Amino acid sequence: MTRRIAMVAALAALIGGGAVADTVKVGMITTLSGGGAGLGIDVRDGFLLALKMAGTRDVELVIEDDQQKPDIAVQLADKMIQSDRVDVLTGIIWSNLAMAVVPGAVRQGVFYLSPNAGPSQLAGKGCHENYFNVAWQNDNLHEAAGAYAMKAGYQNVFIMAPNYPAGKDALTGFKRFYTGKLAGELYTKLGQTDYAAEIAQIRASGADAVFFFLPGGMGIAFLKQYAQSGVGIPLIGPAFSFDQTILAAVGDAALGVRNTSQWSKDLENDANRAFVAAFLKEYGRLPSLYASQGFDTANLLLSAMARAEVEDKAAFRDALRKADFASVRGKFRFNTNHHPIQDIYVREVVREGDVLTNHVVTVALEDHGDAYAAECRM
Amino acid sequence: MSAVLIIEQVLNGLQFGVMLFLMAAGLTLVFGVMGLINLAHGSLYMIGAFACAAVAMATGSFWLGLAASIAASAAAGALIEVAVIRRLYDRDHLDQVLATFALILVFSEGTRWVFGSFPLYLDPPEGLSGAVTLPGGIDYPLYRLAIIVAGLAVAAGLFWLIGGTRLGIRIRAGESDREMIAALGVNIAALYTVVFALGAGLAGLAGAMVGAIQSVQVGMGEPVLILAFVVIVIGGVGSVAGALVGALLVGLTDTLGRFLLPVAFGAILPPSEAMGVGSALASMLIYLLMAVVLIFRPQGLFGARA
Amino acid sequence: MTREGAVNAVILALLAAVALAGAAGDRPFLVTLAAKVAILGLAGVGLNIALGFGGLVSFGHAAFFGLGGYVAGILASHAQNYEPVAEWPITIAGTQEMLIIWPAALAACALAAAVIGALSLRTSGIFFIMITLAFAQMLYYFAISWPAYGGEDGLPIYLRNAFPGLDTMDGLQFFALCLAALVLGVGLSWRLRDSRFGLALEAARQNPERVAAVGIRVFRVRLAAFVISAAITGLAGALYADLNRFVSPAMLSWQTSGELIVLVILGGVGRLWGPVAGAGLFVFLEHVLGGVSEYWQALLGLMLLGVVLFARGGLLGLLAGARRHG
Repeated sequence: MTRRIAMVAALAALIGGGAVADTVKVGMITTLSGGGAGLGIDVRDGFLLALKMAGTRDVELVIEDDQQKPDIAVQLADKMIQSDRVDVLTGIIWSNLAMAVVPGAVRQGVFYLSPNAGPSQLAGKGCHENYFNVAWQNDNLHEAAGAYAMKAGYQNVFIMAPNYPAGKDALTGFKRFYTGKLAGELYTKLGQTDYAAEIAQIRASGADAVFFFLPGGMGIAFLKQYAQSGVGIPLIGPAFSFDQTILAAVGDAALGVRNTSQWSKDLENDANRAFVAAFLKEYGRLPSLYASQGFDTANLLLSAMARAEVEDKAAFRDALRKADFASVRGKFRFNTNHHPIQDIYVREVVREGDVLTNHVVTVALEDHGDAYAAECRM
Repeated sequence: MSAVLIIEQVLNGLQFGVMLFLMAAGLTLVFGVMGLINLAHGSLYMIGAFACAAVAMATGSFWLGLAASIAASAAAGALIEVAVIRRLYDRDHLDQVLATFALILVFSEGTRWVFGSFPLYLDPPEGLSGAVTLPGGIDYPLYRLAIIVAGLAVAAGLFWLIGGTRLGIRIRAGESDREMIAALGVNIAALYTVVFALGAGLAGLAGAMVGAIQSVQVGMGEPVLILAFVVIVIGGVGSVAGALVGALLVGLTDTLGRFLLPVAFGAILPPSEAMGVGSALASMLIYLLMAVVLIFRPQGLFGARA
Repeated sequence: MTREGAVNAVILALLAAVALAGAAGDRPFLVTLAAKVAILGLAGVGLNIALGFGGLVSFGHAAFFGLGGYVAGILASHAQNYEPVAEWPITIAGTQEMLIIWPAALAACALAAAVIGALSLRTSGIFFIMITLAFAQMLYYFAISWPAYGGEDGLPIYLRNAFPGLDTMDGLQFFALCLAALVLGVGLSWRLRDSRFGLALEAARQNPERVAAVGIRVFRVRLAAFVISAAITGLAGALYADLNRFVSPAMLSWQTSGELIVLVILGGVGRLWGPVAGAGLFVFLEHVLGGVSEYWQALLGLMLLGVVLFARGGLLGLLAGARRHG
């Protein structure tokens, strides 16, 4: 299952000054087969693009497919730590896989940089000095949606998520910032594909907005069915159901929907402009949220490598903590629990030529951390 | 909770049931005639959805896509019948389960290889989009009504095919006595290929129709496959009438369970908790239904023999 | 020694050799893989009693694999948090002792199998396949949505449970423990197959009417076989939880049930060491094919097809000739 990708070209020239040219072994465990492969592929491609743009030859990358199965992910982590002797692990997409791998891995002295999942346990009591989240704490985008619902003046919101831990966190996160009335609160079955019953309840609820968290195929199905139903109540959701990987499949049903995200392809900063252009050129498609997170994760790693040697754990940890890289989302720094403090935007789905994409509308939360940082003792 | 909402939910349950019937009909036909457990039926459903999406995207016509979906899945069905399935008829269920499990792996990754890892776009045709107002003031999506009509039409067509045509006579004869119809000069091998392709075509049709309001992606077939098995086992394997009744029963149980259980628990528990417990129980409900049916009628509702 | 005996000895030796070579050659991951083979093999040995000896095609053995795993995970997590599992009617404390966890897992799975079996064995054929699947699906959805033990996120154990005199965090020692459990499991299934009970089970598979005619209660024989089968698979689940130091609902999913069947058939249905050979081949393929292509599961599928169509009897059928019994 091993594909080693040796990075060619010179790093020292680019980073200059205090560069420490020493190879860092990175293990990437991500989902490359089955229905969830699209997310893993984008994280991987974003990560690889950053290495290529930096022209580094000092990262030795081992990539493996976790098949979206927690037991396989744990075994791959064991292999990478024990046999490949990696210094840094990254790549996991799903919270349940992260919960299976991360606590064990960081206790064995390996750094873990999360390009996507941010379960609350790892942000609060279960935080660890070797664990860095480069994406978001799981609640963040939902909190921003709650804040936006308040700002937009909605007073009676219907909220809905699948019946599993991330779904419950989503609704809790939304309610943390939305303090108005709830027209209804629904938990659906994980993997459910037919939402007629839920849409009927939404129609009957008298809500003035609907917040939903339905990642992957569930969101595609819901959006299409919602558009067909003729219920016109405005939708709000986190970026996952409106991402570049999914929008093409949802089609016009997503047009005009407001969604929350820490990144958008039209964010005005140099790093982002360069990233979007390079990604389009390299892979022939627009980058997704996941690609942007993979890209930032690699750049965080490179920034730490420029400051310290990975053998010196304490120095390398400090270097990571500084987060001295140009994030494609603009402002980025780490909180005390090694989770991001960042702006979270409200985007709107628009049509650009013949592709659907997102435009930033406003900022939902500025310099936003997470609710669990206070519980973290490092 | 108004009467209108309850009627709408019953309608939703019926519609979900009809959708399941489209999938289950082919499965039960293949089992009834050839005695074969086909786990790869979900893959044929997926092939139908992908074919429809690809053709609809290329030509701009949903209807061409629909035709393509039936053609593609029937062709795929005929192909695997001749290459693989044919060798499994006289094997035990175990070999059939394993071989068709292997076919799932081949089809899933093969589809991903051809179409990539991202979901495809497929929307209902222009003429069937949007909602209509039914008597009693219920707004209902036109496309879902179309699914109910199409499903009932397929059911009627199947009953006619089996009850009133030459092919149907052969199919029924094949169910009861293989040697006899072979002796009568019917080409059994060809008959089986036709029946299998027919079942595959139905699965493909279901995939295309359902794909338009769900997500066209790799792995979409397996959850539906399990539901379809629940349906045909409740109905009695091999019986098309049983599949129809089983499908409607499962559709209604699932939809109404999702809707009513949390409300029911809300009477005794705080809202958030009631929601959690209620929906947890709702997701187990159809399996509970199946277990109960089998405990009291081990051969299913319409099953002939024990 | 018969030819099958020789093949069996080679399988056992090979498994031990891989683990030892991994430990000696500083490739600890090989030891992990060997332990995985031993554990999946044990799960397969359990399933084989129902599937191979009894002809009971259970498509729901993941229920017992996962239940065993959750017994280990739940007891360990309570011990780590110093919270009792139950305070009423009697106080039950959590524990990290394998010697307590294993009997608990065996008992829980036997009890569950007694209930599921008693209901399922009223049916046969495809109905039996599907009703066992239904029970496993119920447990799966229950585990996903029940928040107390992590739901879909699963339940981490952090440190492997303890066995007196051994350091279970050491790969080789843990492997030795798994191997011992495997040998015990195979030994039990061997004694079972050749006992009067085993003969009755075998006869009931081939001709239930005739067995009933001589006064043996077929239902009871099958139920006993189903319970023993489930208990062994459950023990394997408890070990698998320790291997990964993690339990999740994925262990209960229908894909897991499918994979367990695949192991048994790959190795050779009804053969004592068949499931072990199958587990070895499966784990080997998973890791070798993965390096060949991103679409390796399609290759795995083609190979499985080849085995079913052209190599009936599985790996052991290929190596050791046709089965002696039936």
